[in-house]
Amino acid sequence: MIGQEVLPLFFTFHFYLFGLVALVGAIIFVTRKSPVAAAMWLVVVMFALAALYVMIGAEFIGMMQVLVYAGAIMVVFLFVVMLLNLGHPSELGDMRGRFGRIAAGFVGLGLVAQLLALSRNALTPELVLPVGAALPAVDQPGGIIGPVAAPLFNEYLLAFELTSVLLLVAIVGAVVLAKKRSA
Amino acid sequence: MIEPTLILQLPHPQLPPSTGVFLIATVIKMIVIFTIYMVGVAYSTFAERRVSAWIQDRHGPNRVGPQGILQVAADGIKNIMKEETYPSYVSKALFVLAPGIAFVPAMMTWAVIPFGAPLPTLWGRIDLVVADLPVGFLFTLAISSLGVYGIVLAGWASNNKYALLGGLRSSAQMVSYEIAMGMSTVCVLLLAGNVSLNEVVQQQAQMGWNAFLLSVAAFIFLIAAFAETNRVPFDLPEAESELIAGYHTEYSAMKFSMFPISEYANMITASAMMATLFFGGWDIPFTKWDNTGDATVLKALLTFGAFATKVILFVLFYIWIRWTLPRFRYDQLMSLGWKVLLPMALVYVIVIAATVLALDMAGIARGPMFGAILFALNAVLMGGILFVLDKGRLISPAYSRLDRSRVERLRAMATGRSHLAGRGTGA
Repeated sequence: MIGQEVLPLFFTFHFYLFGLVALVGAIIFVTRKSPVAAAMWLVVVMFALAALYVMIGAEFIGMMQVLVYAGAIMVVFLFVVMLLNLGHPSELGDMRGRFGRIAAGFVGLGLVAQLLALSRNALTPELVLPVGAALPAVDQPGGIIGPVAAPLFNEYLLAFELTSVLLLVAIVGAVVLAKKRSA
Repeated sequence: MIEPTLILQLPHPQLPPSTGVFLIATVIKMIVIFTIYMVGVAYSTFAERRVSAWIQDRHGPNRVGPQGILQVAADGIKNIMKEETYPSYVSKALFVLAPGIAFVPAMMTWAVIPFGAPLPTLWGRIDLVVADLPVGFLFTLAISSLGVYGIVLAGWASNNKYALLGGLRSSAQMVSYEIAMGMSTVCVLLLAGNVSLNEVVQQQAQMGWNAFLLSVAAFIFLIAAFAETNRVPFDLPEAESELIAGYHTEYSAMKFSMFPISEYANMITASAMMATLFFGGWDIPFTKWDNTGDATVLKALLTFGAFATKVILFVLFYIWIRWTLPRFRYDQLMSLGWKVLLPMALVYVIVIAATVLALDMAGIARGPMFGAILFALNAVLMGGILFVLDKGRLISPAYSRLDRSRVERLRAMATGRSHLAGRGTGA
C-alpha cells in the first residue's frame, strides 16, 4: 500500500489539481442555462470533491460523496429535469429582476468577506494536509470503516438513530404527498 | 522519489516490493488487465452470438476464420468504417460523450478486484490486484452507480422521444435496483468484517463461499446485477417492441457500437463482482493449499485460472438467461425491485446480523462450523423463498387480473383454434 508518506508531492499536486477542477466546475455550473448541462457540471464538482477527500486520507467520505451525491442524488436530479422537460433555456434564468440581482450581489460579497476573514484567522494552519495521518487506520481490525463505525454506534448512537428517524419521516412524507396527488 | 537504487535492490520474494517496483508493477498490471478485459469484451459479443445460435439450433457466425473466431475483428472494422450520423438538434457534446461515459465506469471497477494469489518475483511479492484500496468494495458500489449516466445522457441528448423514454426508464431502474444490490452486500461485509475485497476473499477461503453462507444475498445480488447491466429480462431501456431501440435509437457506427461494448463490459464486471463477493474470488474450492503458506508462481497462475473460470461461467450464465427468458413489463420490474427484493434484503440483513451475533455470543469461532450453521439457515430460507416465488403470487402473469371464467373461455377458444389449425394442415 503506497500512502501519503511515500509520495507527498503526488498527493499535494493532485489535491490542488482537483481543487482547481472543483472551482472551475462550480463556476461553469452556475453559469450554464441548460439544466442538464448544469447538472452534469455539478456531477464534475461532486467528483472533484470526492477526490479531494481521498487526497487528504478520508477515503470513506470520498466514496460516500460519489455514491450518494454523484451516483444517487444527481441521477434523480437528472431524472426530474428530463421528466419535467423544462422549456427553452432562455426562459429558465434564475435572475429575477433588478432587485434579485442586487440582493444576489450582496450575498456574494458577504460570502467573499467571510472567506477572507476565515483565511486570516487561526484556522489556516489546520487546513494544511495531514500527511499520512489516516493510514494507520487501515491496519486495524475493522479496516478503514472501523474508526468511523465505532463512534457512530457507541458514543453517538442516539444522534445516529434520531437522524434515521428524520429520514424515515421524510420518506413517509414523500409517500403521503405522492398518494394525495394521484387520488 | 523513485531512485534507481530502489529498483536495483533485490528484496526477498515474499516481502512487499519497494516503491519504485510497486509503481512499475502497477503500470504493467493496468496494461495487462486492460488488454485481457478488452479481448474478453470482444469475445463475449462473439460468445453471445454463438451461444444464442446453439440455443436456437442455428449455426451463428462461423465464416470469418476457423469457427468464426475472427468475426470480432470483422465487426470492429465494419463499425469503424460506417458513416457517423448526427440527427438535427442533438446536444452534440453530450451526444458524443455519452457512449464513453457508459463504458468507463465498468472498466474502473476492475482496479480493485483481486484476480489471483500474490505473485512472487525477484523484486518482491506483487499482489494481483491493480489497487488494493482499503475502501475496495465501496469503490465498486460508488463507481457502478455512475454507469447510469451514459445511458441517461444518450437518451436525453438524442432529441428523440423513444431515446428519452429509454433514458428515463434506465435511470429509474438503476436507482431502484442499486438499493437492493447495496443491501444484499451488507451481509457480505458483516461476515468479512471489512470492506476490502481481499479480506472478503480471505474470509470465504476460511469459512466457505458466501453463495452457500449467504444464499439469499447472492440471489438478490444476481437479480439486481442483471437489472444494473440492462440485460434481459431487465432490458427495458432498449425494449425494441415499445421503444424502437430505446436510448441508442439515434446512434450509428462506432458510437452505437460503444453501447453494446459497454453492456458486455458491465456484464464481465458484474460477473467478476459475483465471483469475488459470493463465489470465493480467486479461491480454488476444496483445497486450502492456495491460500496458505508462501506465494508461488504456480499458485498465482492457478488462482488466476480459477478466477477467470468463474467469471467466464457467469458471462455464459448471463447469455443463457438472455436467450431463455422474455422481458418483464415495466410495472413488474418496479414492483419486483421495490416490493420484493428491497424488503427481502432488509429482512435478510436483520436475520444475518442476529445470527452472527448469536453465534459470536455462543462462542463459535469463525470457521467451518460457523459456516455450516449459516449454510443450514440459508438452505431453509432459500427453500422458503423459492417456494413462495413459485406460487405465482409475487410476479403474476398477465391474465391474473382477468375473471377466471373469461380466462377459461379464452383458453377454450385457443384450444379450439389450434384444433382447427391442426385439422387444416392434416387435410
